[in-house]
Amino acid sequence: MQFHDKIRVEKAKKRAVKQIETRKRVDLFRHLPQYEHGTRIPDLGSKFFLLDPVHPAVYKVGLRYLSGDISDGNARCIAMLQAFQESIKDYSPPEKTLARDLTAKINCYVSFFIECKPLSISMGNAIKFLKTRIAKLPLTMSESEAKATLLSDIDRFINEKIILADRLIVRHALTKIRDGDVLLTYGSSSSVEMILLHAHELGKQFRVLIVDSRPKLEGKLLLRRLLGKGLSCAYTLLNAVSFIMHEVTRVFLGASSILSNGTVYSRVGTACIAMVAHEFHVPVLVCCEAYKFHERVQLASICSNELGNPDTISKVPGRKEINYLDDWASNENLQLLNLIYDATPSDYVIMIITNYGMIGFRSPFEFTSWVG
Amino acid sequence: MPGVEELVNDFFAKLENCKVEGSHATARSTAELLRSVISQQRVPSNIQAEALIEAVKVVGEKLTAANPVELAVGNVVRRVLHIIREEDLLLVTSDLGGLNLSVGSDDKDAAEMDNNHVAAAAASRNLLHRPSLHTLLGNMHNSACQNSFDADKNLRSRKLKHNIIEAVNELIEEIDTCREQIAEQAVEHIHQNEVILTLGRSRTVLEFLTAAKQKKRSFRVFVAEGAPRYQGHVLAKELVQRGVQSTLVTDSAVFAMISQVNMVIVGAHAVMANGGVIAPVGLRMVALAARNYAVPFVVVAGIHKLCPLYPHNPEILLNDMRSPSELAEFGEFSNGMDYGIGSGAPLIHVINPAFDYVPPELVSLFITDIGGHGPSYMYRLIADYYSTDDLV
Repeated sequence: MQFHDKIRVEKAKKRAVKQIETRKRVDLFRHLPQYEHGTRIPDLGSKFFLLDPVHPAVYKVGLRYLSGDISDGNARCIAMLQAFQESIKDYSPPEKTLARDLTAKINCYVSFFIECKPLSISMGNAIKFLKTRIAKLPLTMSESEAKATLLSDIDRFINEKIILADRLIVRHALTKIRDGDVLLTYGSSSSVEMILLHAHELGKQFRVLIVDSRPKLEGKLLLRRLLGKGLSCAYTLLNAVSFIMHEVTRVFLGASSILSNGTVYSRVGTACIAMVAHEFHVPVLVCCEAYKFHERVQLASICSNELGNPDTISKVPGRKEINYLDDWASNENLQLLNLIYDATPSDYVIMIITNYGMIGFRSPFEFTSWVG
Repeated sequence: MPGVEELVNDFFAKLENCKVEGSHATARSTAELLRSVISQQRVPSNIQAEALIEAVKVVGEKLTAANPVELAVGNVVRRVLHIIREEDLLLVTSDLGGLNLSVGSDDKDAAEMDNNHVAAAAASRNLLHRPSLHTLLGNMHNSACQNSFDADKNLRSRKLKHNIIEAVNELIEEIDTCREQIAEQAVEHIHQNEVILTLGRSRTVLEFLTAAKQKKRSFRVFVAEGAPRYQGHVLAKELVQRGVQSTLVTDSAVFAMISQVNMVIVGAHAVMANGGVIAPVGLRMVALAARNYAVPFVVVAGIHKLCPLYPHNPEILLNDMRSPSELAEFGEFSNGMDYGIGSGAPLIHVINPAFDYVPPELVSLFITDIGGHGPSYMYRLIADYYSTDDLV
């Protein structure tokens, strides 16, 4: 959706979820939606009983996205698919054929999700898969059979493409970890966490360096989980990455998606890590399930991104003395920019580890044809 | 000199406890302190310069030991030593050249012959030193021993001290006005519709950008917040107060934004002799990104920040490791920080360096109060401001 086009924005405003567009938009990102976050949750809560088309399971998941409860790509995808499963179970088709009506309903749910939080690429691919499965249902199938097929399809998708895929990734990646390694990771990626825990269970001797960044500070959660399992970790902020890079032997990064030209689309700051690692000749390995691959191409981080809540930048949790920007909204010259994603050029990445195998950076586009 | 001792100890304590913020304030305080030391130092008349140098060295060593990371202290001490040597040399050569000392009467002394020899020896020693711009452009008369010269010892010693104090005053004024001088060059570098990126907060950068704004140049600024001190917040606020359109971003977004940026302008904590920069942490990452996108990386720094030392392992030796509590609360991770469990070593290490070293090949330009220079030129400036004897 093109948010710089006023007419379309007006049309979209008639939707269920009322958004309040903030007037303080960064010029460079006018084509992306920028909303004020805090007001939506109570608003949505009050509207629950008015929103007939949205199934309660879908509504619940939408709220969780809105509040930032789930931010990991895999988790969002699984939550969405399970919500769809619930809604399919309770679904009964009217006179129209099941396929068309169900597709319309799914579209409706998807636009609800989009308004809560822009879709991640993993979710987009899963929705495409579901719609293809619905379209392929034979017309002669009875309603209960069709529903059962769809439910088992979704289960299979979750199992094969996410859970088993993760196990394969871990198995491939374990071959890349040797004793005495110093592994650097950024933020909190579910695949990388699994790799580290498995390697530790196997008894490999290595150290972990967790690099974290504002405003989400997801690395702290990973740190806590790894400490709980007894790994010895070091923790630092993104600024100090060139300070610590000289002792790192491998960098493991997660990704939200791998694009067709080899660009890694992931949490903002990943590009900085990959660039500094490249400078210090440290191999960068990106772990990404194959279902997250996308045929889009992207050069810079500006064209397609997500803007987060700018208030989280002005405040620093735990440091009350950092309150210089408490009234930032009143000043028209000041804008706060909270990017969620960035695009890492393929030159900085040595290898991509997927469930189909390990790919040197030149050929990810060959693998997008394997997806779906 | 109880007064001076007290002042020195006072300043020493302030440096140790990091009560003096920033290299500008530190440099100024050091210069003023040394001025007091010099003016109150009683010097024997035949070796005044050496005595003064000794006194300043003693104080200087004490102060640099208080906070080795604060390089501005050492810089100012060496500047003052250089001033003493220069002024001494000037006086001696002007004496040798038979110039008329127009100040005061010239009494011929009975011990003139001794003075002759001492002065000649001193002059010939001084002449063997590396020439600085001062001496090259001043009067140099080589016909040393034969000329008779007026050697009123008291007059000369008073004149030496007087010249030195004047020169130190000029040094203090230079430190005070360095930001204005740098800001005057802003219009040469910022034209129209520029997008500038900076990180953290540098008062020099603030004045630089303000000057450009006052000359009606249009530009936008992206300020990276500079965790974990978050000084970028302060800079963003100050910039918007002066009418500059600014956007605050997190440090992680620097690579994403760098392709849209025309120029990166940052301040420095210190500039080393090879042209490398000791800067707030995170700037090496920014410099790398800027090089990858061919964006000029400009460092604005007053000349008092130029340190005549070459950096050896600057990430460790010239760095300040700050408290981990700025990153992770002790309460959150206390079980990981316990030395008593498991193997006896804590499970978690929190790394919080204060500075980053930016190597000279990543810097495009230095803008100092004496103009713009490339990083390969910085070692030449050292010859103008420091003497080789003081470099240890």
